[in-house]
Formats: sequence, structure tokens, C-alpha cells
Amino acid sequence: MNYEQVIAKYEPVMGLEVHVELNTNSKMFCGCATVFGAEPNTQTCPVCLGLPGSLPVVNETAIESAIKIGLALNCKVAPFSRFARKNYFYPDMPKNYQTSQYDEPICFDGHLDVEIETEEGPKSFRIEIERVHMEEDTGKSLHMGGATGRIHGADYSLLDYNRAGIPLIEIVTKIIPGTGKYGPEVAKAYVAELRDILRSIGVSDVKMEQGSLRCDANVSLRLIGSDSLGTRSETKNVNSLRSVERAIRGEMIRHAELLEKGEKVKQETRHFQEDTGTTRSGRSKEQAEDYRYFQDPDLVPVAPSAEWIEALRKSLPEKPSAHRKRLQEAWSVPDKEMAAMINADLLGTVEATVNLGADPTKARGWWLGEISRIANEKELAVEELSISPKDVAEIVELIQKGELTDKLARQVVEGVINGEGTPADVIAKRGFKVVSDDGALLAAIEKVCAAMPDVAEKVRGGHLPAAGALIGAVMKETKGQADAAKVRELLLGHLGQA
Amino acid sequence: MIRKNASEMAAALAAKEISSVELVNAHFDRIAEVDTQVKAFLYLDKDGALSQAKAVDDARAKGETLAPLAGVPVALKDIFTQKGVPTTAGSKILEGWRPPYDATVTANLKKNGIVILGKTNMDEFAMGSSTENSAYHPTHNPWDLTRIPGGSGGGSSASLAAFEAPLALGTDTGGSIRQPAAVTGTVGVKPTYGAVSRYGMIAFSSSLDQGGPCARTVLDAALLHEAIAGHDPKDSTSINAPTPKVVDAAKRADVKGLKIGVIKELQGDGYQKGVLNRFNESIELLSSLGAEIVEVSCPSFEYALAAYYLIAPSECSSNLARFDAMRYGLRVGAGDAEAVMSATREAGFGREVKRRIILGTYALSSGYYDAYYGSAQKVRTLIMQDYAKAFAGVDVLVSPTAPTTAFKIGEKSNDPLAMYLNDVATIPVNLAGICGMSLPSGLADEDNLPTGFQIMAPAMEDQRLYNVGAALEAALLSKWGAPLLAKAPALGGSK
Amino acid sequence: MSSLSRAEVAKLAKLARIEMTDAELDALSSEFAVILGAVDRIQGAPLADVQPTSHPLPINNVTRPDVVIPSLTPEESLSGAPAQEEQRFRVPQILGEE
Repeated sequence: MNYEQVIAKYEPVMGLEVHVELNTNSKMFCGCATVFGAEPNTQTCPVCLGLPGSLPVVNETAIESAIKIGLALNCKVAPFSRFARKNYFYPDMPKNYQTSQYDEPICFDGHLDVEIETEEGPKSFRIEIERVHMEEDTGKSLHMGGATGRIHGADYSLLDYNRAGIPLIEIVTKIIPGTGKYGPEVAKAYVAELRDILRSIGVSDVKMEQGSLRCDANVSLRLIGSDSLGTRSETKNVNSLRSVERAIRGEMIRHAELLEKGEKVKQETRHFQEDTGTTRSGRSKEQAEDYRYFQDPDLVPVAPSAEWIEALRKSLPEKPSAHRKRLQEAWSVPDKEMAAMINADLLGTVEATVNLGADPTKARGWWLGEISRIANEKELAVEELSISPKDVAEIVELIQKGELTDKLARQVVEGVINGEGTPADVIAKRGFKVVSDDGALLAAIEKVCAAMPDVAEKVRGGHLPAAGALIGAVMKETKGQADAAKVRELLLGHLGQA
Repeated sequence: MIRKNASEMAAALAAKEISSVELVNAHFDRIAEVDTQVKAFLYLDKDGALSQAKAVDDARAKGETLAPLAGVPVALKDIFTQKGVPTTAGSKILEGWRPPYDATVTANLKKNGIVILGKTNMDEFAMGSSTENSAYHPTHNPWDLTRIPGGSGGGSSASLAAFEAPLALGTDTGGSIRQPAAVTGTVGVKPTYGAVSRYGMIAFSSSLDQGGPCARTVLDAALLHEAIAGHDPKDSTSINAPTPKVVDAAKRADVKGLKIGVIKELQGDGYQKGVLNRFNESIELLSSLGAEIVEVSCPSFEYALAAYYLIAPSECSSNLARFDAMRYGLRVGAGDAEAVMSATREAGFGREVKRRIILGTYALSSGYYDAYYGSAQKVRTLIMQDYAKAFAGVDVLVSPTAPTTAFKIGEKSNDPLAMYLNDVATIPVNLAGICGMSLPSGLADEDNLPTGFQIMAPAMEDQRLYNVGAALEAALLSKWGAPLLAKAPALGGSK
Repeated sequence: MSSLSRAEVAKLAKLARIEMTDAELDALSSEFAVILGAVDRIQGAPLADVQPTSHPLPINNVTRPDVVIPSLTPEESLSGAPAQEEQRFRVPQILGEE
């Protein structure tokens, strides 16, 4: 089946679980460092190794981050929440239980609004958030002896517990019905927006490729208009925004194909495969482990004061979506251009340039125009070029003051990127100087008009577009160091068309 | 010298009548003499102890100010981690494991210059009332070597009764310090929950476990109590308040005007007659010293045993999950990780431990949580309420520590329920998190074996135990003319 | 529930990762009949409207500041390992999901 066929008959119901690795200095329950990429087992202690006799003590910044995340997602903050043990056995879990939260999460009942582009224009969806809770990460295993380094076929495994105990925040949505054919896009938009919010409140570096933001997607299908819920499957190993969309789309197709054949969808955990865009079966959830949750007796309840919660609420930065809306209005940017800036991930850069005094439209023009073009040519990302918002702001100012023409400015940009220094350095080195002396310009104009009398005559006769050729010639005469607008003004005046 | 009390030894050390090295060697000699019979120790750390002792002697020679018990030896229950020293919790699954870190209690002992002789035997993972569940060997009661010394801390209490050490550390989850103290004629205290750090104390039942002092006298226990108690930021359940002044209280020993409540439900049927006789005599003694005796009722205590045997196994089933052959301890079996885990846990855990893990797994499993673990937590509330009501009218509560004297080794080991009943008087204290002490109240008529008198006080009021305990101890000493232990049979060598 | 059948005990043993012998399973099943009988007494307690206590201590909010403190050395961390390789704990083949 193809996707169109699927959505003609079925609609998805989704549930998204996102795990965020916090950027705290130390682990959730002990003082070990959390540096990524350290030598194996150099950031471990009796607590995160689960040695007999060890005890956990909660990281206060982790609690703060959890509350900030909940507030940013419009959640209620529990005046009283507890840690619970989730009991199951796995070698990457030193205690063979994960200290997490069960029926008393720290934040609950929130929502996040996301917007996607559809054929009918932008559509908004509200994703209800069930809960935000604190837990700890597991160690990392290397599977050895097999052909692929994956678990299947491995002879043995090597465990590194540096990651064990790093604080994780789990964000769970309520079920997401009503997205119809836009399910995959909505899911992707949700994760993207969530990522932006988490980044803006500074609690995590949210790098999906590095695992500090992980998404598990639950999908089930039902006939359009039906009230009942289908059997869901859970997909793990979704490591990028694009994979979120692809995984959900793939699962929708897979479920539909089964249902069309009259088969049942199995409730199971599946693994997303980047290369094929499909999922592979993992452990069947029919043999669901009984986690035997109970309150962790080694930890005491978390009861944040109302004052503290208020202070944290006030400290939150503006929501990315509100921020974007505000900028769009302030800069009068049409939707399409706004979307282009966001997709190119240049909104922040443009904003920084505007904050240094540049006109928004000009700033946008430079970054998305010339500079992006150069980046593409060099096969680099824009942020990898050695040109900063300060440089661009300077250039825009110089143009506005009339000290640079657009053409010269492009050369200045090129020079800065090539490492010739600041715009001022480049201008000095290359001897750019805008010819703004009216006298010199008029001299050039007269010379050009004399050399192209027919064109000059046309302009005198009111055919203004013809002026372009004359202006071009004047620019050439002045070696591009004249301000084109000024030239035009003077030329027209000279030819009686002021 | 080994017959002295810890405080007498401390005085002798301070007066330079003896060095710590000499004192420690004297104890190792005694251990060599009698421990083949008593079997209180699992491990002796001669080198470590002597170097600790020497360090104290050197410091004393330099005129440094030392802690009150500096240089006095102690026996450490093998449930506390000691860096570089084998720590087994009485189990085969940790045979040979040398922890890379000290428990806070261990560190406190070292900080005070108290010399650790070695690790004492215990019921495996603190589960038991007789030390017969030790994976290594049972310990024998110095009063009668064919009998149990109590449990789970039988090794610690036996070492005191055998004069192998003047001080010992134990842990108490349902009576594991107090019941051994009762059946060996020694003193044992379970401090208020949270008073002594649990960091480095191998966990059995986290919301009930508490480390505490064991000694031959109330004052010795008080001195040890002050050395080991105190807030520990590494333990989230540690009380952040100063330790009550228990040494002062032990010296005060004055019960005039105090109200003492006798708990109705902790007597009667099921209690050995001789135990009750000694208990009642002690009550009368306290009365003659000026205390007012009243009877109180704690009806919810009827459910205490059931609640304990749901909470403790539940917590332990989770606490013991970490023993999986992956990072430390025993590894046996072949095949994949799960197979090796399961084979190791089968081979490494003893019967009682397996029994409680299964019971706990059951009590927590979905569908049964409310009826079992959930209900047990509610019973806990009822017990705390009963205690609160009782303490509103009295300063301390009292009962016999254990229903019987020491039974024969092997007598109850095939009857788990009968074994559990040993703890019926001590368990409510742990469930409520309050403090309790057992001190010797004399020998039972039937068998001339020690009985214990239990004193209970509200949470954070540990000093009341020591005050009342010391008063009773003094009165009993007067009555007997000599400490109870003087009546214990001689063991091998000289008396 | 005042008893556990052998099959039920076996399920629990699997959940607890203990490979019990048949004899042990049988023994436990009969012991539980007695133990659970005693433990079932709890159903007779007056528990309506009673709040559960999970902690004897009325403390909240025990935390530590987000500061790094020295870890164990890798040698210390690995000191108890039944097997190790390349400064990691070596464990038998793990079956199951990625």
C-alpha cells in the first residue's frame, strides 16, 4: 500500500515519549561527572555502579530543570512527588532497577501547540502532555564478537557505566488523535518544537544524534471516524527529526497492510532502521515485564515550594513559537520567507544581526542570499563560515551610510569569509571607496551619455528603463565604486527626468 | 583486661596503663582461644587492626587529643563495607568481595580511632533470628554452645559475650541487634531510624534497617552510639539534627518521676514463663527506683508481624536484584547473561534469602500490590499512631525483648514461621522508626539462659533509652552482685 | 490468595532471575501456604481511611548541589569484576532487544 491509500481509509492515533538527557555537571544521584566521550568507567562511583551499600542523593539542579521543563510545557507542578523503583534486570542497569517516578511525577497535565504547513494553509494542533518525570540513564554496552557490532550474533558484551545515572527527563504525551493524514508531520513538529523549547531554557544540548534527545513513537491505526483504538506498536531508535516522520509514516503503512490482509497488529516494540525507513521487530510486549513499582525507600519526597516554582516560571525565556511570531510581526516578514529562515536554521543569526542595528530585511537578505550561496558553493553550513552577525551588521550600516555599494559589499563579504579580517580591514586592504562626490559622478555620467547618445536620448524622451544601461556604464566607469542609487538619481536629473 | 568494659579500657589507655596494640593483641589472643568454639568471626584483620592501634598509640604519645574510645577494639558486623577488607553480608554471593569504599559507620570508627578487629558472622543479608542462615557457618552462643546466639547479628553479640571484643556494631531491621543481645546477656540498641548512616550498610529492607551499638554495658553502648551516629549527606534518609546526648543520659541513670508503659500485647501466651518472670522483676525494680508503671494497649501490634513480612521481603527483593554476576561477586553458570544471572543467584543465595525474595516479588507484583505491600504500609501508619498515643502518656514503653531464651541450633530452622515469631516484640519498633534497647534482665528459671528487657522511646529521644537502661542496669547489678556475664560458663582456656 | 502453586512460584522465580530446582519450587510452594496464611492476617486490620506510610521519617527535599566530586578510579570500579576487557565489565551474551 502507499501512504495515500492508507490515509484514505485509516487515521493514526499516536503517543510520543521523549527522553531528554540533562546537561547537569554531575549525575542524578551522585557527584560523578557527566562528560560525553570520557574513557570508560572513569566517571563511576559506588552509587552509580550500584555497589552493595550505596545510596542515592538527588541532584538539586535536575529537579530545577524538571520543573522548568514542566512549566515550559504548561504543566502543573506537583506540590509533592516521589521517586519509585522500576524493577527489571538488564546488565546496563547496575541496580537492576531504575530509579524513576511512577504515580507521582513531578509535572503533569500540560500541552504544547504545534503548527504545520498543509495544503490548506497552516494548521495548529494541541498536543496534550500527560507527564514529565525524572529518572536516570543506563550504562552503555558494546556488543562484541558478532559481525555487525549489534546485539544479535554477539558473543559477549562490554559495559561502560559512565552514562549510568545521568539525569533523564521523560516527557510523555497523552494519546494524540485527530491528526489524520498529517500524523507524521505533527509528530515531527512536536519533537522539533520540544527540542527548541528545551534548548531555549538551557537544560540540555538536545542533540538527537548524540542521544541527548530520544524519541519513542507509539502508533496505532483505526478506521476513519471510529471511536475505538487499534493495537499499538512502539518504535524505538528514532534518532533524528526526519526519522520521527519516516518512522510514523512507515508504521502507519505497515499496520494498514496487516489490517487489510485481515491480520492483527502485534503489540510490540520495534526498532527503526535508518537505511530502509522501516521497523524491525524487537521484544514482544505481550510478555510485558511486571515492573513492580514501589516508592523508593532510599529517597525522600520532592516538595518544591510555591515561591520557588513561581521564581522558575518567571525565569523562563519567551517560548520559541511566541518569539518567532513576535519577530515575524516586528520585521514584517511574509510567512514563506519566515519559513525559509526557520528551515535554514538562520533565525537566530538574523536576529543577532538585527540586534546589532541592522535592518531586518537587509539582514535576512544577506544571510539567506549571498552568504548562503557561498556556503553552498563551499559545501559548508552557514555557521561554519567565518562571518559573524557583527560583520554583516557593519556591512549593512556602511551600505546605508552610502559608503558601500551593494556590489562592493558582496566583495567585502567574500573577503571576510576568506579570512581577510573585518569589513573595515577588507575595505582598507582592497581600497574600496564609494565615489559619492557628485562632481566626479556627474563627470562620469556626462562621459557615458556622450558615449551612448541614443540611449541617453531615449531616457530624455521618458523611457526610463533605458537608464539601466547608462547606469551600468557609469558603474563600470567608476570601477563599481559608485552608489548605484545615487548614480541613477544624478543621471535622471541630468537627463531631465528627476 | 579483656573482661573489662570498653569505658574501663578507654580509661586504662588514657592512663597509659596499657597500649592499644597490647589491648588489641590481647583480644586476638582471646579470639584464637575461643573462636573455634563460638565462631563469631568471618574475617580477622590483624594487620589492619594493629596498624590502626599503633596509629592511636603514636597519637597519644604525641599528646594529641583523642576521641573517648580511641584505641578500644570493636567487632564489625559483616554487613558494613570496609575498604579492602572482605565483606560478605554472610552470603556466598559476595565471597571474597573487597569493597573499594568504607561505609560511613566504618569511616566514623576509624575517625574515632576505634580499632576494627574483624567482621562478624550474621544471617545472610540480615535475614534471620539465629545466625543459622549464614552461608558460612552458624555462630554458637557462649552461654551454651549448642544454642543459637540470636540473629541476624549473632556474631557481634556472641563476640561480646565471649569477651572477644568489648564493643560491636550491628544492624537491626526487625530486631537483629536487640534479640541477639537478649539471648546472649548483652546490651544492644537500635537507634531512631536515620540516626546512623546507612551509606555502606548493605541493604536488606531500606525503610527499616538501622545500624547500632552493641556492648556489655549501657554506658559502653552510649559511647559507641555517639561515635557512630550523626548526619550523613550521602544518605538521604539521614536525620539532620545533633545526636541526642546519650552518654550524659547513661550517666544520669535516674528514673524518679518517669512514667513507664508496659505494652499489654507484648506479653502473655507465646512468651516463655521465665522470660516474663525476669521482665516483671525488672518492672518492680524500676518502680522501686521511683518510676510510675502503667499499662498501655497497642492493638495494631497484632498485625505488625504480617506487615513486616510483607515490607521487608518486598524491599529486599529489589535491593538484592543488583547481585547478578555482572559487576562483582560470584559468577557461575554458562550461556547468556540471563542464564548466568539466574544460575549465580540460585547458587549464591541461601534458602531464607530466596524465600524472602520470592515473597517480596509476589507482594509487589501487579494485582497484589494493594492487598499486600499497600496494606502493610497502612498497618505501619496504625502502629505509629498506637505508639504516638501511648507515648502521649508515658516517657518510655517496655516489653520483654524476645518471647524465648536461646533455642537449640537446628531447632527452628525448618519452620520459617516459628523463626519469624522471635521478632514479634522487636518488629513494631522498626516499623515505626522509633528507637529501642535491649539489656540483660537475668536468667530464665527453666534453662538458666539470658533474657532481655526492651525499652522503647519516641523517635529522636534515644537518650531516654540510655537513662532508663542505665538505671535498671545499676539496680540489677546491685541485686546480682556482679554482671550477668560473670555467670556465663567458661569457654576453653581460662575464665 | 493464601497459597501459591508450583507454577506460580516458578513464574516468580523467573521474574526474580533465580533458577530454582524442582525440589525448591515444591518446598517453597508448601512453605508459602503457611507464610501467606500468617501474612493474610493483614486483611483483618482496620485499614479503611488509613494513609500508607512509606517513610518513618517526615523529611522532604534532601538534595545535593550539582557539583562534581571525584569518582572511583577505573581500577577501583572494576576491582570486583568477574571479567573485564578494555577497562569495561565483560559480561556474557545479552539476548534480546538492541
